[in-house]
Amino acid sequence: MSRVTGTASTHRAVEAVWRIESARLVAGLAHLTRDVGLAEELAQEALLAALEQWPSEGVPRNPGAWLMAVGKRRAIDTFRRQERRDRKHAELAHDHQHRAGGDDPALAAVLEDDIEDDLLRLVFTACHPVLSTEARVALALKVLCGLSTPEIARAFLVPEPTIAQRVVRAKRTLAAKGVPFEVPPAHERPARLASVLEVVYLVFNEGYSATAGEDWLRPELCAEAMRLGRVLAGLMPEEPEVHGLVALMELQASRTRARTAADGTPVLLLDQDRGRWDQLLVRRGLTGLERAEALSGGAPGPYTLQAAIAACHARVRTAGQTDWDRIAALYAVLVAVSPSPVVELNRAVAVSMAHGPAPALEIVDALAATGTLGRYHLLPAVRADLLVRLGRHAEARVELEHAATLTQNERERALLLQRAAACG
Amino acid sequence: MRFMVMVKANADTEAGTLPTREQLAEMGAFNEELVKAGVMLAGEGLQDSSKGARVRFGEGRSTTVVDGPFAEAKELIAGFWLWQVSSREEAIEWVRRAPFLPGDEIEIRQVFEAEDFGEEFTPELREQEERLREQVAGQQH
Repeated sequence: MSRVTGTASTHRAVEAVWRIESARLVAGLAHLTRDVGLAEELAQEALLAALEQWPSEGVPRNPGAWLMAVGKRRAIDTFRRQERRDRKHAELAHDHQHRAGGDDPALAAVLEDDIEDDLLRLVFTACHPVLSTEARVALALKVLCGLSTPEIARAFLVPEPTIAQRVVRAKRTLAAKGVPFEVPPAHERPARLASVLEVVYLVFNEGYSATAGEDWLRPELCAEAMRLGRVLAGLMPEEPEVHGLVALMELQASRTRARTAADGTPVLLLDQDRGRWDQLLVRRGLTGLERAEALSGGAPGPYTLQAAIAACHARVRTAGQTDWDRIAALYAVLVAVSPSPVVELNRAVAVSMAHGPAPALEIVDALAATGTLGRYHLLPAVRADLLVRLGRHAEARVELEHAATLTQNERERALLLQRAAACG
Repeated sequence: MRFMVMVKANADTEAGTLPTREQLAEMGAFNEELVKAGVMLAGEGLQDSSKGARVRFGEGRSTTVVDGPFAEAKELIAGFWLWQVSSREEAIEWVRRAPFLPGDEIEIRQVFEAEDFGEEFTPELREQEERLREQVAGQQH
């Protein structure tokens, strides 16, 4: 027992244990119940029991085992309460009839042996594509990261009931669709993995590029996503894209300190003081990228390619040394692997840096002709920039004014209008 | 938030006594747990202070170099980790699980983050957009 004085500090200690243990706890209970929704509720009950008992009894020596024992006891009570129409539950209840929950060495061993597999099953179940993206994100943060509903709500700047509802709906959907608690079979795995990685990167971007408001929790959200990504890399060490995603996040996060000026205005990549980049994260990111590239057998996926692009910036000490040829080539591969008009626009910019404005304008004009980015302010902004470089100032001004009407961001609008005025 | 977790030196570490195979295995397993939990950013063990030096600054940028070893083992560091955790309590909870021996002492210190310097953290754009704008702005005349 570790004596912790005071209820408030015990609560913080319980929360810390929770952050460390909750994913394993939910995974173990889902192994037992085959029901992620129920497992999550049982885990919450175990948490409440800890909050009630630890302040007076102290934090147990093995808090994870304590929580699991309580969760299992509650599971067995639940099975017993349920009607016997479900033979599996009846059998489970019978199996555990004569055992005080938690003193079951056989089951404890099974759970310990399987916990990695169960965690992996939990990852794939919580991020299952039958769930809406929002529901996936909420459920993943809850069961994989151990965040509370209020924490998730604060981080995403939405009301608490909204998040609570998303979690409830996600659990219901999993039950209604009969989603099995399993790692997907090989033929489904790439698509299912993409669904998992999308959740992680969404969480990261929510923290990295706040589109509204400001909250101290938002950098924490980046940290949370990176932590989850590292957990996934541990669970799936042979998946190149997992390493690619972690590398991408670490390389992007390495710039955090340099991305804003003292007055809060954003500092653009090529203007950033590279001395403020976090070299530990850069090194980790480059190492992760090497691993991803080695595993991808010459066919890197979209996250690995994006990490490779970020690495082009991270590797050079000054913006002037940037290898734009390589970046343009990587974008060309990325467009082929994962077609997207925004990536195509990025490719145009890289081409303009590598080969000048004329070939880049051809790409941008072709993109504009498709109409897919009609509401996207950066298309006219990029086009304007290329026109300026070609000496076509009047056209550039029109483009910039158009871009200013499209952006949602006040600071951005001011900047665009300033540039329009500068076109004379 | 990030914490530096420092293992204090003692007579053994200062004598250059290497850990037993069993101790190494236990610490290896603990490190593995930290990696799997996504908490570990870095960690190193330090050689005893007889292989180190201290540089003292005097007036007018003069410096004096003092060779190790240094007294007061308890004030020295024998190793460190850099962890990314959600709270000070989480760092403490991880330390509680580490395979240390009676008398060992571990110090936990929070690392400064960008937001601790009072800067607003208001990145404005989604990364893809931002990278694009960065590149575009980078070529403005």
